[in-house]
Amino acid sequence: MKRAFKATFIADNSIAHAIAVPEGWSLMEGAVKHLVPGIDADCGGACACATCHVYIEPDWLAKLPAKKDTEEAMLDFAPGVKSNSRLSCQITMTEALDGIVMRVPKSQQ
Amino acid sequence: MSENIVIIGAGQAAIQAIQSLRAEGFTGPITLVGEEAYPPYQRPPLSKAYLLGQLERPRLFLKAGAYYGEAGVTLLLNTTARAIDRAAKTVELTDGRKLPYGKLLLTTGARVRKLRCPGADLDNIFYLKSIADVDALQAAFLPGARIAIVGAGYIGLEVAAVGAKRGLDVTVFEAMDRVMARAVSPSLSAFFMAEHLKAGVNLKLNTGVEGFEGNCKVERILAGGKSYDVDLVLVGIGVIANDELAREAGLAATDGIVVDRNAMTSDPAIFAAGDCTRHYGREGLELRLECVQNAIDQAKHAALAMTGKPKDYSEVPWFWSDQYDLKLQIAGLARPTDTLVLRGDPAARKFSVFHLRDGKVAAVEVVNAPQDYMIGKKLIAEGRAVAAATLADTAIPMKQIGA
Repeated sequence: MKRAFKATFIADNSIAHAIAVPEGWSLMEGAVKHLVPGIDADCGGACACATCHVYIEPDWLAKLPAKKDTEEAMLDFAPGVKSNSRLSCQITMTEALDGIVMRVPKSQQ
Repeated sequence: MSENIVIIGAGQAAIQAIQSLRAEGFTGPITLVGEEAYPPYQRPPLSKAYLLGQLERPRLFLKAGAYYGEAGVTLLLNTTARAIDRAAKTVELTDGRKLPYGKLLLTTGARVRKLRCPGADLDNIFYLKSIADVDALQAAFLPGARIAIVGAGYIGLEVAAVGAKRGLDVTVFEAMDRVMARAVSPSLSAFFMAEHLKAGVNLKLNTGVEGFEGNCKVERILAGGKSYDVDLVLVGIGVIANDELAREAGLAATDGIVVDRNAMTSDPAIFAAGDCTRHYGREGLELRLECVQNAIDQAKHAALAMTGKPKDYSEVPWFWSDQYDLKLQIAGLARPTDTLVLRGDPAARKFSVFHLRDGKVAAVEVVNAPQDYMIGKKLIAEGRAVAAATLADTAIPMKQIGA
């Protein structure tokens, strides 16, 4: 069995969904597997839809690998983008991210 | 009272329709009928990361198993619909059961086109459309094996790239004079051909396949008047829309189930979305699209219409393909008469080809330049006129052009 680490998605209504994401999976894949509301991931992780947009809590932002061009370009077109916006399909769960906390934009709920 | 909805075909369009129906407030029962053993899953990675072994099967599924129960969806897998009785409003299954419907959605997709030449039924000749197809192919897809790929379309070239990476001896046979002839413009074909040759793939253009020989298993492919020794064959020569169920029920269907801009068939209780449809594109042309974009967007429009909120479908089509470290992204539908503008440098493996029609951006083909793709798609949707010289000038940021 693969190791899994904790990730918490906080909905706009402040309800927190703490889930276990297998190592190597994207945060989006973990959210979809656990039915986290607001992470629709229409495109299934192809970085083509921006429906897995999240706001990363400030403490965790610096621990994330930098955005690639595709994510950057996609976020340019997502509604409600902030400086801590990321696409959860582009973030791979690793031990370093165990406990990561993010918020789901209101527009996705 | 909310009547029930039956969906035939458990692919990307089906799952999108279910999500959208629930989001639009439909609370009635939904039954999803699928021929395969699996609930809806992503097909694009099958010929890429899944074949390469970089993506485990559970990651292909578009929703977790628990989703269906929570969403009030009855899943009937390994189940095939045999006929639609429009007068009685029932779907008959091959096991004899009859499912009554209030509204019916057909997301039956497409099936692979099969080769009909001599020897085409030998073992180790594979097609690629489903999880089961890839699992079967994997057993023979081994380093050192000689694979003949018939057809240099998306599937053929994606498998060629994975094969080259995995250490197979890859030869691609293509009847046309360039690769991906149906999907990209000639300069892109030349670029991708060069990349495949660089990776050690053999490419035989203008070479039709005449047949196969072997004893149970395929041993030789006969093509262009020559014979080549092979261990396995992968055929990727396109797909056929699954429109028979609709046609036999008397719905308009000719190479695809004919739908209007609201994804409605010629029966107002029956809708269709995705690869199986023939619809009106945003340019007013009747067309069939085989892509995730159309599955998602048309399913959304079907859900809107089925919940009494019809909205005309006019989204910009988009496509992508991953080969080696190259991400090809296409938005819009190109025409041979378009004016082509190159932005960037193919030698740098990062460039775009913009298609102008009457001065307006009509399509864009992009390699490793996602911003060109995203902004290009926006320009297409807006029908914006942009000077060719502006697009060609990489000193002008794409964001500025799109602003």
